[in-house]
Amino acid sequence: MSAEFPDKGPEQTYFDALRAGRFQIQKCGACAKHIFYPRVLCPHCGSNQVEWVAPSGRGSVYSTSIVRRKVDAGGDYNVALIDLAEGPRLMSRVDGIALDQIRIGMQVQAKVLTEADKPLLVFVPETGKP
Amino acid sequence: MNPSLRGSTAIVGVGLAGCGEATGRSEMEISAEASWKALADAGLKMSDIDGLITASVTNFMPTLSLGEYLGVRPRFSDTNSIGGSSFVSHLITASMALNYGLCNNVLVSYGSTQRTGVGRAEQGKMKSALDPLVYEAPYKPFNPPTSYALATARHMHQYGTTREQLAAVAVAARQWAQLNPEAFTRDPLTIEEVLKSRMISDPLTVRDCCLVTDGAGAYVLTRADRAKAAPRPSAYMLGVGAAHWHRQISSMPDLTVTAASESGPAAFAMAGLKPGDVDVVELYDAFTINVILFLEDLGFCKKGEGGAFVSGGNIAPGGKLPVNTNGGGLSCVHPGMYGIFTMIEAVRQLRHDAGERQVKGAEVALAHGNGGVLSSQVTALFGTAATL
Repeated sequence: MSAEFPDKGPEQTYFDALRAGRFQIQKCGACAKHIFYPRVLCPHCGSNQVEWVAPSGRGSVYSTSIVRRKVDAGGDYNVALIDLAEGPRLMSRVDGIALDQIRIGMQVQAKVLTEADKPLLVFVPETGKP
Repeated sequence: MNPSLRGSTAIVGVGLAGCGEATGRSEMEISAEASWKALADAGLKMSDIDGLITASVTNFMPTLSLGEYLGVRPRFSDTNSIGGSSFVSHLITASMALNYGLCNNVLVSYGSTQRTGVGRAEQGKMKSALDPLVYEAPYKPFNPPTSYALATARHMHQYGTTREQLAAVAVAARQWAQLNPEAFTRDPLTIEEVLKSRMISDPLTVRDCCLVTDGAGAYVLTRADRAKAAPRPSAYMLGVGAAHWHRQISSMPDLTVTAASESGPAAFAMAGLKPGDVDVVELYDAFTINVILFLEDLGFCKKGEGGAFVSGGNIAPGGKLPVNTNGGGLSCVHPGMYGIFTMIEAVRQLRHDAGERQVKGAEVALAHGNGGVLSSQVTALFGTAATL
């Protein structure tokens, strides 16, 4: 274990956690900004003091599109950009709502699924306090 | 960048080959043909070329392959690979190399047979295996359209831009293409037809997306002192600027503001010009939203007003600002990395070689390259000898 950099890279760490049902992001120990996607260096300030944190899972739809696909190939599906409450943006999919009802600005909540034997982070509309 | 680069180099020759469909010919073959035509146009021989630049999405060492194929042993070579804007960015490195005397004549050449070439599906699979984008790929964005669709949706949300305004970009491109016998798609096109065409990734239809064609383009750049001896009028490099802020759309800071807002002002500052001085504008129109974003970011209109700016035939033939006079990537040619074609059309306009689509009295032209998913932006300004 090197003092400056972890032996196991953040990409593998991220997907291992996701496989265990856990969504985690990074936070910079130097500039205190949140980071996604996971890196060995903070893209905001260049520091290697990156730490894992559990995000709230809350976010809002920054933009959205419906990819049109033939029905026999699986049909249409959503691709969205989600702004996490902590700041970072990521690509994902909004589930649990009709495709044509997904709107920019909609409040959503993270959910980890298993799809085709792989873990997948998606978002579902926030339904108020659980 | 040193402002003294202004006017220090010039394009003395351009060439096109295999545009549209190049059935039966390889990428290297059409790239070599375009190079030969650019040299003939410049009044130079292959042995005069001592600087060589190219880029490719299919070849790992494209400048080596091109040098070997052409029999060129360059003293200076480069392969900046930042997507479709690469060949505009090569203007920067080529100009620096020429100014420092590292070489005298730089050939920049590009060829792609993405439409008719064999093995494209296999190449696509290999690309995603070699270069997996692990945080986006699981969501299957149909790229590039989906990434540009996300930018379009955000612009519509934030500024009220409409699908009709986007369609106006496609229709203007088609009207210019109808004046260009070399354009690939010249059938009439209406706003209604764009709106009713097949949706690819909402809100972009197939007519909001560029063509998929073959094509090659080449240009020869030399120092301005040598350009005076060229047989045809030279297009002098007045300013150039480049910027990139992200690669994947999920890492773009604001989907309504591209790095053209940095590359454009840098190019204008070097040239000592402002948008109002530009007679003809050639923008990388991979998708209709590109033209709206770049007109805003380059300063031709305010942020959020691009939709209104492109409407009412303003950028079409006879409009107030001639944009994409060859028909653009939407209607003329789009072999995958279109940037070099913006420069070639700019040169033709400045030479008053553009036939029916010629912009009368064009003295200053802007060529703007875009790469990736609105990722890299390179702006170049060219002028006739009178602008030096």
